[in-house]
Amino acid sequence: MTDQRSQAEIVRQSLKRRYRKERRFRAYGILAIAIALSALVVLFVDIIGKGYTGFTKTTITMEVELDGEMMYLDDATDKKQIKMADFVEPLLQALIRQVPGATEENRDAVRDLLNPYASNELRDMLEQNPEWLGTTQTLTVLAHTDVDVYVKHAGDDAYSIKLSDRQQRWVDQLVEKEVVQTSFNDVFFSSGDSRDPSRAGILGAIVGSLLTMLVTLVLSFPIGVAAAIYLEEFAPQNRLTDFIEVNINNLAAVPSIIFGLLGLAVFINLFGMPRSVPVVGGLVLTLMTLPTIIISSRAAIKSVPPSIREAAEGIGASKMQVVLHHVLPLAMPGMLTGSIIGMAQALGETAPLLLIGMVAFIVDVPDGFFDSATVLPVQVFLWAGSPELAFIERASAAIMVLLAFLVSMNALAIWLRKRLERRW
Amino acid sequence: MPDKKDDVYGDHISHKFNDELMALKSEFLEMGGLVESQVDRAITALVDNDGHLADEVRATDKKVDQMEIDLDEEATLIIARRQPTARDLRLVISVIKMVADLERVGDEAKKIAKFAIKLSEEGQAPRGYVEVRHIGNHVLSMLHDALDAFARLDSEQALRIMKEDKRVDEEYQAATRTLLTFMMEDTRNISRCMSVMWILRALERVGDHACNIAENVIFMVKGEDVRHTPVEEAEKVVGR
Amino acid sequence: MNTMNPTIAKEADHQEIEAGTPVREQPEETIIEEGKTVGEPFADNAKFKLRDVNVSYGDTRAIKNISLDVAKNEVIAFIGPSGCGKSTFLRCLNRMNDSIEICKVTGSLQLDDQDIYDRRRDVVELRARVGMVFQKPNPFPKSIYDNVAYGPRIHGLANRKSDLDDIVENSLRKAGLWSEVKDRLDATATGMSGGQQQRLCIARAIAVSPEVILMDEPCSALDPIATARVEELMAEMSESYTIVIVTHSMQQAARVSNRTAYFHLGHLVEVNETNKVFTSPEHELTESYITGRFG
Repeated sequence: MTDQRSQAEIVRQSLKRRYRKERRFRAYGILAIAIALSALVVLFVDIIGKGYTGFTKTTITMEVELDGEMMYLDDATDKKQIKMADFVEPLLQALIRQVPGATEENRDAVRDLLNPYASNELRDMLEQNPEWLGTTQTLTVLAHTDVDVYVKHAGDDAYSIKLSDRQQRWVDQLVEKEVVQTSFNDVFFSSGDSRDPSRAGILGAIVGSLLTMLVTLVLSFPIGVAAAIYLEEFAPQNRLTDFIEVNINNLAAVPSIIFGLLGLAVFINLFGMPRSVPVVGGLVLTLMTLPTIIISSRAAIKSVPPSIREAAEGIGASKMQVVLHHVLPLAMPGMLTGSIIGMAQALGETAPLLLIGMVAFIVDVPDGFFDSATVLPVQVFLWAGSPELAFIERASAAIMVLLAFLVSMNALAIWLRKRLERRW
Repeated sequence: MPDKKDDVYGDHISHKFNDELMALKSEFLEMGGLVESQVDRAITALVDNDGHLADEVRATDKKVDQMEIDLDEEATLIIARRQPTARDLRLVISVIKMVADLERVGDEAKKIAKFAIKLSEEGQAPRGYVEVRHIGNHVLSMLHDALDAFARLDSEQALRIMKEDKRVDEEYQAATRTLLTFMMEDTRNISRCMSVMWILRALERVGDHACNIAENVIFMVKGEDVRHTPVEEAEKVVGR
Repeated sequence: MNTMNPTIAKEADHQEIEAGTPVREQPEETIIEEGKTVGEPFADNAKFKLRDVNVSYGDTRAIKNISLDVAKNEVIAFIGPSGCGKSTFLRCLNRMNDSIEICKVTGSLQLDDQDIYDRRRDVVELRARVGMVFQKPNPFPKSIYDNVAYGPRIHGLANRKSDLDDIVENSLRKAGLWSEVKDRLDATATGMSGGQQQRLCIARAIAVSPEVILMDEPCSALDPIATARVEELMAEMSESYTIVIVTHSMQQAARVSNRTAYFHLGHLVEVNETNKVFTSPEHELTESYITGRFG
């Protein structure tokens, strides 16, 4: 028998080694988390740093004399006249009055400070308030994208300032006089895509995403849950079910672009469905999400303790009653969580949608499942690839909106699980 | 079941339980041995007119009483701690009962010793000692065999002891008649003969207790209570 | 050895003793004859008549040729070492083994002279007549009321709410739980103590008014006080129900049952009056098991 004291000594020495090992292992873990967290921080800092300016717009506020003669307009209620009228001139005149040292000769340079869309804004205002004709109103219109970039990014080398030195001076003075102001970018949330960055918005993409997700949810959740219940509760254990199980697991790992190709081949070419519409997008994303939902639902069903099943069977509940009364309610939180995470994946998916044409440039907000639409990630993809620098901040802002959606969906998943989860 | 090995109480999963049962058994046998020698020495003291030995027997009875208390306590603890069942339960229960029998036997020995002192003080060898010696040897061998049957779990031997008890009773009847004739011959003998009668009575009781022990051994081994049943019934049980 | 302190030395000695006499699995010399049961396996007023029952999982035989009667309104306890087949046999009585595909039951199993395993026999109806209480208290994660009312609801035993209320109250009363829970019938059942949960499970089984109640180690997850309550309950229930209980606690079998059946490696070794089994069992193996010589 070993000497007791020396044995204790050996144990003590090995203890030191063991604790060292444990500390080292903990350090590795902390390091891993630190790397992941710092990557996340870099990502957020980058996106927010680039994108927060996307949430502001630059406007020009000034007193505009709405002179009918100047605008070739006697009656603001007359649609025909409105169409023909000149709305640029009053704005231009008002701005020239605001810019010190600007005269009729530099009217082109001054006009470049106004957004090309500003005249349309004025027209809309006048259409709504025809009595304004002949009066002087304090109006706010969008500034030109170049002014917007200059105001936000003057001195930033990444952005090229397209204004001339004189124009820059003017803008500086206008900012001082608070004629040129920045405010919350409501345009970004209320309009569709545009070639002009200051007028581009994500409403079209959000609505497109929501419609697509709705189709995906309505199709994939019932199908996925039904498939999971059948496989888990009713299917006999044989080679066929094993085969199906392996294939479902494989499907979950198939690259999403393959689903896009499938959608293109089947839904569009074979069934002749229109391109770029939420229904087809939803169908493709359903295919992609189904395996995730089936797998997570099966896991949720499996985690229902057999004792509950036995209890119900022991009282004389039929198979169907056991499933509907006990298994399904208990598995529901898990199923919902899995589904929401699947949906979140689908929400962030770009590749398959590119293939079915949801990458088109669509200005209008879609108003139905069969209306051409784009979705948030594709919108990001489009803007990120745009040569105009002003789109970069819009893209980053859109990413933030997308992230906000994803975070809130995951939060909803967690909340639902906490809320519905029951102990047994 | 005479062929059974001695370790029938010794193969539990719990070694501690084994030890406790073994200790109970061996302490019981130790007490049996002590009581046996008590009876033997009491008879010797009487027959040899040895007052000194008789005093010793009376003193030793305290030890017998203490052993009874100890054994009862051990048995109680085993029941409380182990909840014995079947064979083990029967052993513990039988020991509790047989300990009471042994203690009574010890008391009888003490009683005989008391008479031995009284008779030795009066001097002169009285009549009836032959019968005392004879019956004494008989019940002593019965007691010895009963303890032996317990030690070896020998139900057949226990059955033989039960049958033997009848003969002790017959011998007791015969001895009583003999003593009666002595008393009728000479009335001066009556007082002494009455003492001898008490001694014979005590020895007969020892035989009864030995018989009780034998019955308990049969219960222990066969699990069937043979008290207050005819010997033929007991024979059937043992023969099973 | 000199440096060792005395307590360690003692322990070491003890271990040597232990090593010298290994714990026996079972006495090798005893051979069990298949299908042969000592004692009195048959009864006159049989509720269950079970003859030559064999159960196998794939190639493994779990129950070997067992014949047994369960009498009306008796409490019969199944005891035996782990894996002896007592639970498997119990589960045959209300076909809880059905869901296990590889489990195969042969022989004649009759409840009131009707075959349990008849193909035309509806298992739902059988389970309504033969209730079951499980090892781990397994109330549904619903309210106390809903737990008890579940059985009557699915079987359509109560047409009106008041009828259902009566059934729930009666069942809880019979399970000795009414006074404890009458003010919180809407509380969730999983918040109760283990003993209460198990009595709730018994109430749930009673609510369907079965004729037989099978109990699979109903007290193994309970503390002694809760166990005593459940045992008390069983004693009361034995007046109106036939109870078959599987238990690991021999003392429990001794306390609650009228008859005791000893299972060993899939054989039914002995069936006798409980009093007899626990004082002088007939079979060597029964004796060895209940006295703690193996198991």
